[in-house]
Amino acid sequence: MTVEQQPATEAPAAYLERYGQMLLIRLFETEMQRLFLKGEVHGTTHLCAGQEAVPVGVCSALEPDDYLAGTYRGHGHALAKGTDPRSLLAEMLGRATGVCGGRAGSMNVIDVAHGLVGCFGIVGGSIAAATGAAVTAKRQGRVAVAMFGDGATNQGYFHECLNFAKVLALPAVYVCENNFYGEFTPMLKVTGGGDITSRAAAYGIPAQTVDGNDVWAVREAALEAVQRARQGRGPTLLECQTYRHHGHSKADPAKYRPPEEVERWLARDPLNVAKARLAEQGIAEQEIAEVDDAIKARIEDAVQAALAAPYPDPAAENPTEFAP
Amino acid sequence: MSDTLEFRVAIRTAIVEEMERDESVVFFGEDIAAEQGGVFAVTPGIQEIFGAERVFDTPISELAITGAAFGAAVTGLRPIIEIMFGDFMGLSMDSLVNQSAKYWYLSGEQHAAPMVVRSAVGGGGRFGAIHSQTHATWFQGIPGLKIAFPSSPAEAKGLLKAAIRDDNPVIFLEHKRLYSIKGPPPQSAEEVIPLGRANVARPGRDLTIVSVGKGVPDALQAAAQLAENDGIEAEVVDLRTLRPLDLETVLESVARTNRLVAVEEGPATGGWASGLLGLVAEHGLHDLDDAWLLTTGELPIPYSPTLEDAFIPGAEAIASSVRERAGVASAR
Ligand SMILES: Cc1ncc(C[n+]2csc(CCOP(=O)(O)OP(=O)(O)O)c2C)c(N)n1
Ligand SMILES: [Mg+2]
Repeated sequence: MTVEQQPATEAPAAYLERYGQMLLIRLFETEMQRLFLKGEVHGTTHLCAGQEAVPVGVCSALEPDDYLAGTYRGHGHALAKGTDPRSLLAEMLGRATGVCGGRAGSMNVIDVAHGLVGCFGIVGGSIAAATGAAVTAKRQGRVAVAMFGDGATNQGYFHECLNFAKVLALPAVYVCENNFYGEFTPMLKVTGGGDITSRAAAYGIPAQTVDGNDVWAVREAALEAVQRARQGRGPTLLECQTYRHHGHSKADPAKYRPPEEVERWLARDPLNVAKARLAEQGIAEQEIAEVDDAIKARIEDAVQAALAAPYPDPAAENPTEFAP
Repeated sequence: MSDTLEFRVAIRTAIVEEMERDESVVFFGEDIAAEQGGVFAVTPGIQEIFGAERVFDTPISELAITGAAFGAAVTGLRPIIEIMFGDFMGLSMDSLVNQSAKYWYLSGEQHAAPMVVRSAVGGGGRFGAIHSQTHATWFQGIPGLKIAFPSSPAEAKGLLKAAIRDDNPVIFLEHKRLYSIKGPPPQSAEEVIPLGRANVARPGRDLTIVSVGKGVPDALQAAAQLAENDGIEAEVVDLRTLRPLDLETVLESVARTNRLVAVEEGPATGGWASGLLGLVAEHGLHDLDDAWLLTTGELPIPYSPTLEDAFIPGAEAIASSVRERAGVASAR
């Protein structure tokens, strides 16, 4: 397979597409919040609003058949990888039409058809899943990406898998979404050395700290990492610094975050960063408004379809313990 | 006595009282010292009382938390650790199974590993397959580990106090659906409920329902329905601990009732309930007219409300299983 690096600069249509994908995730999460409060989303849910640029930037550097392993904060991971918002939303609502038939729910979505190996409820689990996918990917000329949080870098999973991928020269890209908190605990309080990027050096793995609220900065870093992987030059760690707009999960008002800090990050909302970039590119407001309308319609359609869909009927289901 | 003690408060109170009583008790885990006191708001303000040396938050590192608890336990401390959801115990498995559980025996009975591993367990909350499991049976076959699973606030307090004072590693399970329930407080603040002794939670002559944790209030509710609507008097045995298992109390009950149903929120294969039925068959066959299991299917726990509700055996399922087995149509 020949590998040519795609340029990080893109045609105007592609700029609009990135923006649209981020907006899709944002509006999806807005609906999730609303539907949760209405009792339509059950249990718990972890929103990724504010972090959209990371999965969108990373997935823009991937081919559709590359692999991605995401987390319980995974709606953005799935949507960026190509999961249909209709089937994702139905899954969140526990409906039979969900991407996993309502069995998985918000934290555990699997969509192999779109290269989503899974979203994993165990912190650090995605790192191992992607490492294994990279063993497969190596034979196929593909790449495997792990998405995980800052907190996950304190798990054995992180350290064992980075070393493993390095010594086996696996085509893996480890993408840390550093949103500076693991649940209610500030990242600096629990991260020895205070820096995630530099941890890769111990394993001889190239790493980079990236502005995770700028989708094109993420894209550029991801393109380089993906190219390295495809060329057989082994894994990369990207630390994408970003921020979640909501609390950790549904019940968390996130009072532990200083208001100035929240303000500072809200001012760098990835959607606004992208819009500024679109303006720089001379893309007309009218064109942006058209994207806004199209995405809104897509989400509305997904919500209506999901709300109208049936719940799975336990009497009619015939679940099997084992694959045949 | 009125229902004034909330389950989560009972847990917190037990920890505070035992930390006051014994300087060597320490408590750590993920976000347990944060303002909210863990994701289930069980332990707020404990760090403020005892300071950061005895109560502290850790990185998200279950292997390190559990392994460190072992190392601390065998060098003079009595750690209580929280592994937030029982499902995460996979990451704790090695040090618990291969170090903590073996220490007493391998040291020639000279040294023990006194530690308590608390976790939230159980389904019914729509948390899906990886935040709803009950890990007790993962450890059922490991000699050297005790497993406690309280069914009420007072029991939670008494069993936790016993677990903290116990010189062995104790896995302590807290069913999520019980955290917000209230019940009568214990007779005295000092009450310690011994590990390894079951409790007859309701006397009855017609059959014995054995369960543990949330299965006990479910069984009590079913027993009340059966008494009222069907004239069936069920005895309810609360095992309280799965290891050691109080077989004697179960056998005594079966000797009175001759019928036994074991209710477990988990699959039959490899579960405590099937093990118990085996032991009852071995030791009490002459007393048995009937014995059966009420468990989940041999499947992971589903997310969707319709699927989860059908999956987990609650009070209704217990009552109708008893009716069906006893051959009575419900009076209602
Ligand atoms: C093994 C394990 N431990 C703990 C948890 C509970 N938990 C879920 S998310 C989370 C915080 C993770 O923080 P981070 O890795 O920074 O990701 P973020 O949630 O910020 O995206 C914790 C502790 C879990 N799901 N799995
Ligand atoms: Mg984080």
